[in-house]
Amino acid sequence: MISDPDVVAILYLVTIACFVVSLKFLASPRHARKGNWIGGLGMLFAIGTTLLLEGIENWILIIVALVLGSVVGLIGARNVRMTAMPQMVAIFNGVGGGAAALVALSEWHNAADPLREETVSIVLSALIGSISFSGSVVAFAKLQELVSGRPIVFSGQNIVNIGVVGSAAALGVAAVAGLGEQWVVYGLIGLALMFGVMFVLPIGGADMPVVISLLNAFTGLAASATGFVLDSTVLIVSGMLVGAAGTLLTLLMAKAMNRSVANVLFGAFGQVQTGAAATRADDGRTVRATSPDDVAVQLSFARKVIVAPGYGMAVAQAQHDVRQLADVLEERGVDVKYAIHPVAGRMPGHMNVLLAEANVPYTQLHEMDEINPDFPQTDVVLVIGANDVTNPAARSDPGSPIYGMPILDVDKAASIVVLKRSMNPGFAGIDNELYLDAKTTMLFGDAKDSVLKLISAVKNS
Amino acid sequence: MTDLPLVIELTILVLAAFLGFEVIAKVPTMLHTPLMSGANFIHGIVIVGAIIVLGTADDTFTKIIGFAALVLATANVVGGWFVTDRMLGMFKRRPEPKKEGE
Repeated sequence: MISDPDVVAILYLVTIACFVVSLKFLASPRHARKGNWIGGLGMLFAIGTTLLLEGIENWILIIVALVLGSVVGLIGARNVRMTAMPQMVAIFNGVGGGAAALVALSEWHNAADPLREETVSIVLSALIGSISFSGSVVAFAKLQELVSGRPIVFSGQNIVNIGVVGSAAALGVAAVAGLGEQWVVYGLIGLALMFGVMFVLPIGGADMPVVISLLNAFTGLAASATGFVLDSTVLIVSGMLVGAAGTLLTLLMAKAMNRSVANVLFGAFGQVQTGAAATRADDGRTVRATSPDDVAVQLSFARKVIVAPGYGMAVAQAQHDVRQLADVLEERGVDVKYAIHPVAGRMPGHMNVLLAEANVPYTQLHEMDEINPDFPQTDVVLVIGANDVTNPAARSDPGSPIYGMPILDVDKAASIVVLKRSMNPGFAGIDNELYLDAKTTMLFGDAKDSVLKLISAVKNS
Repeated sequence: MTDLPLVIELTILVLAAFLGFEVIAKVPTMLHTPLMSGANFIHGIVIVGAIIVLGTADDTFTKIIGFAALVLATANVVGGWFVTDRMLGMFKRRPEPKKEGE
């Protein structure tokens, strides 16, 4: 048992130091993994200290809860495929927010006569934690394709949203003003949960990383608010660290897509009436399908090939085969490079992770700004399951939802081969002009299948 | 727990906010996702709050709420850490020696 508050404070200070170093290291490529370990150490330290606090009882319940939570977390984290990582982050973020809201709820229940500042903290923690929880669950459902990844919008959505937020805020103010009824906090949590759902539903799947990052910052703030309720410095500081780092990260991610956060969050609202995404080949241009053998010939006789991977490669787990194809081509003297769009896939850095897993040499991976000038001198671009990040509409069509997003200029290459499962639009839910380009041919099918066929066709040609 | 005056707590809060901004200011794009995941793990610190709630609960209602909170927070901590570690594990095998072409 630790009864001296100074000792407790110092032990928690160790945790805080660990977390700061952890974040610092996580932001640097060389130390990132070490950073996670240091964070883990800090967390173990905090848990150990808390368990040893004076007055902690209900051991059996604590142990059962710890075991249960660990099993769920472990199974989730271990079994998930690399491609499903984004939704896993979303769901773990959501449960953290939920935990913060529940802590607030119990404090509300137990505080006989809470100070005003405590009530403010309880209200904030319940509010933000609940939004984070339900928002993350929706983000998870969207990425997991349990609900449509496309923006879900209906008319009057703004009014409903404002109504929900307004009512939640009113309840919060009432609680702070001294309305101590239990239902106030339940109502507050209910409304906040509703708002979390409404807030994420209209956002398209391609923007989900930004949203998850924002909800991540929210959960940090909720944790920080519970720190005020429980008078716990470690919660205040750690929560705020994540709140601030998460906010900055959200801004950086949005910037990587050349969009403002406001545009990401509210962009879908204006979209209800505009640009119904019907198939537009009225001007006579059509999509041309091709065969693996044709593409193999094209590739074998090319000098420069750029591979532009996207979510389709991730989903098909084709990264190893893609590398093999690149190896085969290189043996034939073809210069192969990879063009990495910062938000290709469903998370920034998604493609780096996958291609690193397939042991693609780091020097072959080129960031968008670095490789865009190369496309005009490139013979063939192999677009593997990337869609929105190659859509020229981002440059040319101000009406497009992705207008202004920097893209890979694949359309500037001499010819483009698109490996794609079907003609379904990408995650942003919009058509891609690129497919109608006269220089573009489409190789339909699962990315892994197609790449395997290409490998054998190149070998035989 | 230490009972600090509100003003001190607010001071700490503001300083922590600046620190949080500063410490990740120079993150390269390719680390955005692992960093988000790592930060996601760190807010699992709410587990401290959950343990205190459950550990000091007297009535059934608080026990149920505290138990649920602790399960969720533990899942956040354990899941968040392992997901981050798996992501970063992918980066680790980057073959450094092949850099001779640069």
